[in-house]
Amino acid sequence: MAASTCQKNAITLKGSTETVSEFFMYGINSILYQRGIYPPETFTRVQKYGLTVLMSTDEKLKVYLQQVLKQVKDWLLDTTLQKLVIVIKSLDTNEVMERWQFNVECDKTVKTDSKPREKSEKEIQKEIMGVIRQITASVTFLPLLETACVFDILAYTDKDQDVPETWGEAGPHFIANSQEVRLRSFTTTIHKVDAMVAYRNDD
Amino acid sequence: MSHFQLDSAIQDSVRMDAPIQKGPMMRWQRKALESGVRTLSLSDAVNDSRGLSPRRPKSANPLTMKLTPNKKTPNTPTSARPSKTPSKTPTSKFRLRGKTPNKNTPTSKPGAQGASDRFIPNRTTTEMDISHYRLLNNEENEDPLSPNKIEYQRKLDENVGEQNAKILSFKQKAPQAKEGHISSLKVLYSAAKTTAPKSTSTRFIPQQAERVLDAPELLNDYYLNLLHWSANNHLVVALGGAVYIWDASDGSISQLFEIENQDEYVSSVQWIKEGNILAVGISTGAVQLWDVGAQKLVRTMTGHAARVGSLAWNAYILSSGCRSGAIHHHDVRVANHHIGTLANHSQEVCGLAWSPDGRHLGSGGNDNLVNIWGATMQESASPIHTFTQHLAAVKALSWCPWQPSLLATGGGTADRCINFWNITTGSMLASTDTNSQVCSIVWNKDYKELLSGHGFSQNQLTIWKYPSMVRVAELTGHSARVLSLALSPDGTTVASAAADETIRLWKCFAVDKTKKSVCGKVKDSGHMGKAMLMRGSIR
Repeated sequence: MAASTCQKNAITLKGSTETVSEFFMYGINSILYQRGIYPPETFTRVQKYGLTVLMSTDEKLKVYLQQVLKQVKDWLLDTTLQKLVIVIKSLDTNEVMERWQFNVECDKTVKTDSKPREKSEKEIQKEIMGVIRQITASVTFLPLLETACVFDILAYTDKDQDVPETWGEAGPHFIANSQEVRLRSFTTTIHKVDAMVAYRNDD
Repeated sequence: MSHFQLDSAIQDSVRMDAPIQKGPMMRWQRKALESGVRTLSLSDAVNDSRGLSPRRPKSANPLTMKLTPNKKTPNTPTSARPSKTPSKTPTSKFRLRGKTPNKNTPTSKPGAQGASDRFIPNRTTTEMDISHYRLLNNEENEDPLSPNKIEYQRKLDENVGEQNAKILSFKQKAPQAKEGHISSLKVLYSAAKTTAPKSTSTRFIPQQAERVLDAPELLNDYYLNLLHWSANNHLVVALGGAVYIWDASDGSISQLFEIENQDEYVSSVQWIKEGNILAVGISTGAVQLWDVGAQKLVRTMTGHAARVGSLAWNAYILSSGCRSGAIHHHDVRVANHHIGTLANHSQEVCGLAWSPDGRHLGSGGNDNLVNIWGATMQESASPIHTFTQHLAAVKALSWCPWQPSLLATGGGTADRCINFWNITTGSMLASTDTNSQVCSIVWNKDYKELLSGHGFSQNQLTIWKYPSMVRVAELTGHSARVLSLALSPDGTTVASAAADETIRLWKCFAVDKTKKSVCGKVKDSGHMGKAMLMRGSIR
């Protein structure tokens, strides 16, 4: 009994990677739903983190996100990911409307076979729930996206990393005259994820 | 000692009549000196130092001040560097000619300070151009960073300075959302905004419903057409499985029939033009014809696979739109009633209307399409026009009564527009955003206006002027979305059935008083005559 609970609270690099990439999956889907990037009827309700999270049922989108997150997972495992940014751009003008930034702090000392850290899964889930909740609540202060929008995912990785074949270098897609709101963060003790959203300030 | 000095300084300064011995020279004297004008000097003290001959002030001035950007030693005197043309380059040194009384004297002659309590700038000698340039173009490297700049620098480092990171993006881009999809938030947030201009109308339009009828169990389904007003002044409404007729002339209510089966319901009602026969669409797909005078079922026509949500009469032809997307033409006179099928909608047909001249049929569906069909009854007909501009289901379809080729269509929640079409050319004439779901449109010939019924957020009926499309009036009162509209045969009253289970009658197109007096003169003449007679008798 004692052994099993001990196992439950142990965080390995692999497990932490799983947790973080899973969070990205749910977080990105949440953003896409909440910001109305895709029609609401293409989303389905899923119970996760003690919340109802809306996940896309669009096959193409699902495949796209899986491909992106597979690579992100590799970077998380190498602890070379610095940031993951979801950029929401206007379809017509290609202007950046919103920028959801997830700063990832990786503990570089941890290796795949190093000793697991201690943190209860419940606690992590609770922290993630806080972040997802904030994403949902952000609708109240973010300005309405008047035009049709598309999204793009940017990954900031360490300089010495090789660029995978399916990925290309991109600009940072900053928003001129932006307003920034810091959201909560969560940590698995190996990866610390800080959330932030920047939006256009049209006053 | 110092107090003696002060004493003598005060003495000097209060002696107004004596020539000024110490302190700066007078302004006019300096001016004269600088411009080289020879003047009769009043003070020897001034001229002693300079001599009497006119001089060019630039070369003569022994004191050249160098104001270096280094502000710590602003007053360091340097050797004169005669330069006749003030250089405009930023590197040139800023030079001051003449004594600056305040800056110079205190250091050199502290005792002779007393008289100069003012600083009078010497404008001819100050190189305004250069000082202005200097002021505006602060050399950054020598200035300490302002808090603003520090912040800027910090930001810059944070963002650009991230040279230790690569920014990567997946080459394959995210799939785009379906064309024409509108964020539901936009629909929600902009629903209360009324963008259309309001007209100034002198016409009186009652803001209150003239009459409110209870309509329990009225199905709150946008895709059904459950209200219609006949030429005989009978208002028919389908409430669940029952059909009721309200006689508008005497206000009596009668139930025409009720479907036995609990699961079935009436999905559409439509009067024939003459007003004696009622076509009823049933959720099973059957279309029934009722003789209202005899309260008798005349005929049941089957053929549809799903519920019949829309009906339209064209003389003896009844067209019915089905949830399957098919439109059937029924010739109600013959035994083999099914004479044509129109198949271009992929989803439920919820709006159906024949043009007043009977030559065109307009159909609107949940697939956001508006189709215009000819009156030819052959099988596998294709539409004359297909309009794809609407972004939501099109239920409201109404032909203009005075312009047979003009069709008005209104879209659902995600669209909210009323579009006008010229069906001879197949072009869109105008489009107006109503900011709310459009359930039905009714034209008024007298005022050249149209009335549209809306849903969230006001649940109002809006009267528009055509073709300017300015709002004449908004009739509010329904507490839930309006589902159907019906125009009375005299064209003055509109009945609106809404999801709040009421039918409200609005007398919004009442005939103008001036017009009334013209046509009502004959009627009133008897009454008037009586009045005249009375008056006469009094006299």
